[in-house]
Amino acid sequence: MSADTSHGNSPQAVALEHQLGAEHEHPTWSVYWKVATILTLITVVEVWCYYLPGFVATAFFVPTLLVLSAAKFVIVVMFYMHLKYDHKLFRALFTGPLILAMIAITALLFLFGKLAIRTGLLT
Amino acid sequence: MATTALSAIPSSDVGHGYTTTGLPHRKVAIWAFIGSECMLFASLISTYLIYKGRSVRGPFPHEPWTDPSTGHVYKAILNIPVTSCSTFVLLMSSLAMVLALAAVENRDKPKVTLGDRILGSSRLWLFMTAVLGATFLGFQAFEFTSFVHEGLSIRTNLFGSSFFTLTGFHGAHVTAGVIWLLTMLAIDFKRGLGPKDALNVDIMALYWHFVDVVWIAIFTLVYLIK
Repeated sequence: MSADTSHGNSPQAVALEHQLGAEHEHPTWSVYWKVATILTLITVVEVWCYYLPGFVATAFFVPTLLVLSAAKFVIVVMFYMHLKYDHKLFRALFTGPLILAMIAITALLFLFGKLAIRTGLLT
Repeated sequence: MATTALSAIPSSDVGHGYTTTGLPHRKVAIWAFIGSECMLFASLISTYLIYKGRSVRGPFPHEPWTDPSTGHVYKAILNIPVTSCSTFVLLMSSLAMVLALAAVENRDKPKVTLGDRILGSSRLWLFMTAVLGATFLGFQAFEFTSFVHEGLSIRTNLFGSSFFTLTGFHGAHVTAGVIWLLTMLAIDFKRGLGPKDALNVDIMALYWHFVDVVWIAIFTLVYLIK
């Protein structure tokens, strides 16, 4: 089957090959359940961190939450949205604007004084 | 050979459904749409973060506030236990959504055991996704109502304006997703969804998961970070 389709140069033939490939590579049900368990555990850890006053007061609180949140984000995108298994054009269509959005948020936070770089060189 | 390849693609898609890259154009479109939605939510999130902590008067998200004119004490407005539950509900709806997609893709495969039949029921998982999405909206309605009763509306302060705008936009997206899910469920009941419909369900699933990942960001940035 794949040999047949690989010789077809029409967009439809390439599409079929892609479609078949994607079907074979999609995760199994057990992977979906494991991913859900991991997402739940990360959420529990996030909320647990929130209720630890000693930890909230430290400089590690915000970075920890951001890392955990980013991990959940990546897991959902890679496994539930199948970006790990799909065509790289889809990856580009999503990560391009996402990176642009993150740069825009960071730039705005600097612009409005919510973030600052303190090097000791500026007075 | 090419005839074999063409015959396997739904006739409605031949000549119209695929781009020159060989990828279904509707799927390319939904990813492009999701990319543009990233920018929309980035603007809303950045607005919230810029205004965070700049409200002149309360109520505030994480700390109590006493109104100097009346002496009334407003407690911290955010209810983390309730929002944690709604976050869990939305995460589980994403699980139900992928199971619905897998069920549609594998409709033609034989189902021997009861477990196979349950996992292979697209109606069950589409229904579960819609119910969980509606439950999330119920949590949000409860949260909004209790905030208004506690003295925080969209006009109260900067926090209220940016909070209700951000979470309201997200809620509107969830509402659209639930309507989409119910429509797909109705089609499934009417004529059954099979592998030929997998692309339609996949597109809906991508939208639903995107709504989920946006909430992952909102939950951390708005609710957990003090």
